[in-house]
Amino acid sequence: MNVVVCVKQIPDPAIPGQLDPQSNFLKREGKLILDDSDAYGVEMALQLVDAAGGGEVTLVSMAPNNEASGLRTALAMGAAKAVLISDPALAGADALTTAKVLAGAIDRVKPDLVLTATEATDGYTGTLPEQIAGILDLPSITFAKKIEIVGATVKVDRQTEAGYDEVEAPMPAVVSVTAGVVEPRYPSFKGIMAAKSKPVDELTAADLGVTPGAGQQIVSVIAAEARQAGEIIEDDGEGYLKIIEFLEQQKVL
Amino acid sequence: MSLAKIWVFAEDSGDKLSTGTLELVTKARSLGDTVEVFYAGTNAAGAAAELGPFGVSKVYTVDAAGSLLGVPVASAMAAQIESGNTPDLIMFATSYDGRDVLGRLSVKLDRSVLTNNIDISVEGGQVKVDEAIFGGATLVTSTFTADAPHLVSFRPKSFTAEPGGAATAEVVAAAVGEAGKAKIVARHVEEREGPVLDEAALVVSGGRGLGDADKYSMIEDLAKLLNGAPGASRAIVDAGWVPYSYQVGQTGKVVKPDIYIAAGISGATQHMVGMKGSKTIIAINKDAEAPIFSIADLGIVGDVHKVLPQLIDAIKGR
Repeated sequence: MNVVVCVKQIPDPAIPGQLDPQSNFLKREGKLILDDSDAYGVEMALQLVDAAGGGEVTLVSMAPNNEASGLRTALAMGAAKAVLISDPALAGADALTTAKVLAGAIDRVKPDLVLTATEATDGYTGTLPEQIAGILDLPSITFAKKIEIVGATVKVDRQTEAGYDEVEAPMPAVVSVTAGVVEPRYPSFKGIMAAKSKPVDELTAADLGVTPGAGQQIVSVIAAEARQAGEIIEDDGEGYLKIIEFLEQQKVL
Repeated sequence: MSLAKIWVFAEDSGDKLSTGTLELVTKARSLGDTVEVFYAGTNAAGAAAELGPFGVSKVYTVDAAGSLLGVPVASAMAAQIESGNTPDLIMFATSYDGRDVLGRLSVKLDRSVLTNNIDISVEGGQVKVDEAIFGGATLVTSTFTADAPHLVSFRPKSFTAEPGGAATAEVVAAAVGEAGKAKIVARHVEEREGPVLDEAALVVSGGRGLGDADKYSMIEDLAKLLNGAPGASRAIVDAGWVPYSYQVGQTGKVVKPDIYIAAGISGATQHMVGMKGSKTIIAINKDAEAPIFSIADLGIVGDVHKVLPQLIDAIKGR
């Protein structure tokens, strides 16, 4: 079974984000890392291919430059190869344009299953899985907690407000994987060495016949009203009494 | 100048409409002359009875035939639009199904989406939406460059639900252009005690500072004692300690309780955006430099493993 995992390389989320003052786009220069959210999809794909007893995992990613360090992380986990659509014209692309690009690349691979995260950590539009499925005219199941392949059917436990639903769809299908549902493996030393020579094919938007652009524009960016800090105290063993007092003032106790 | 027509994707929560749906139709009423909804639940008459007093004039029902809602609802909306029934704006909640329908519809209509918004305005017929980024520190206002219908989604609690306007809503079946292939074969409801996370007046959330998964029981105990709901940071959801539905933050729930207690949470921007609208915030963290203290009304710089048991015992002893 062949699985495509859509992954995003993002600026380190531990470093405060910045908008480019000219374009108002999120600054994405320098080293990019594999979005943590995507590690779950990569792990899930590796497990499914293992369980199927054959096949491979292909990564598909889009970036405004040819940065591939995040992809190497996922290749080191065990993915076989990657397709990187790197094109400066795609800077500031909206989610629908991104979906068209990724769908174009996925269509060349013709996988049995496409996995994505539920949303990226930096942009979090959250519609990409469904948009990719729509463009490729495939069934989709979002917010998967558990995935099982039975014959040509993908069976998913899907997160809901109240609990979860068991959902089934014929393959090929697109499934978005909820964070935390599998334990992503750490790349081994051998995996890291092997990843250096795994193929990363680079494509442009034009190769896929997609016109870069966005159907939206930012009209203003302002600092939101800051919330003021209150009383901060060092716990001397009786800090809890301060909380009791606060809860009493608020009439909770 | 207001908009002529607005559609809202209406969703159930249990046996009635979701709070998010009522928030959206309330806002839609202030922006548009006509507000209509698409509904794929099982109780259309009940939904219409609930929505009429909120100013909704029509409920389009969609028969999803046991499939996930993305394809059938989006194709029902697209079919109406193709036949010339076109709204200026279609509003969605940032919910599991809302996101599915929004994504599918954007492809069918070849329209961009603006998601996770907290406010909307219409000036001279132009729709502008506000999104809070970087943990709520920055407010970005965006608009669309293509023609209507414009597709937008909103975070929970962006608006306050209030009745007003028309008193009855007509129920009309909308034709489904394309049936969904992802079928729901069983539903599981996880029993949960106490108030719902995003409706609770008090929330107690735990983070990585708890050390390990077993310690989360302290958060549940404290929440129960205070009649609140337990929540979590993304870090411990990713670590698998608690389910995704407990997550407060950018990619989880937005909560605005009267009191929010953050225990062992440093205050990553991802978390802050989901709770900084709380009326009051209490933070317990051993790192005095933790960003959570910059927005706390009361901050205790201390070890959660000491402070929480003391607090729980003291409340139990009252």
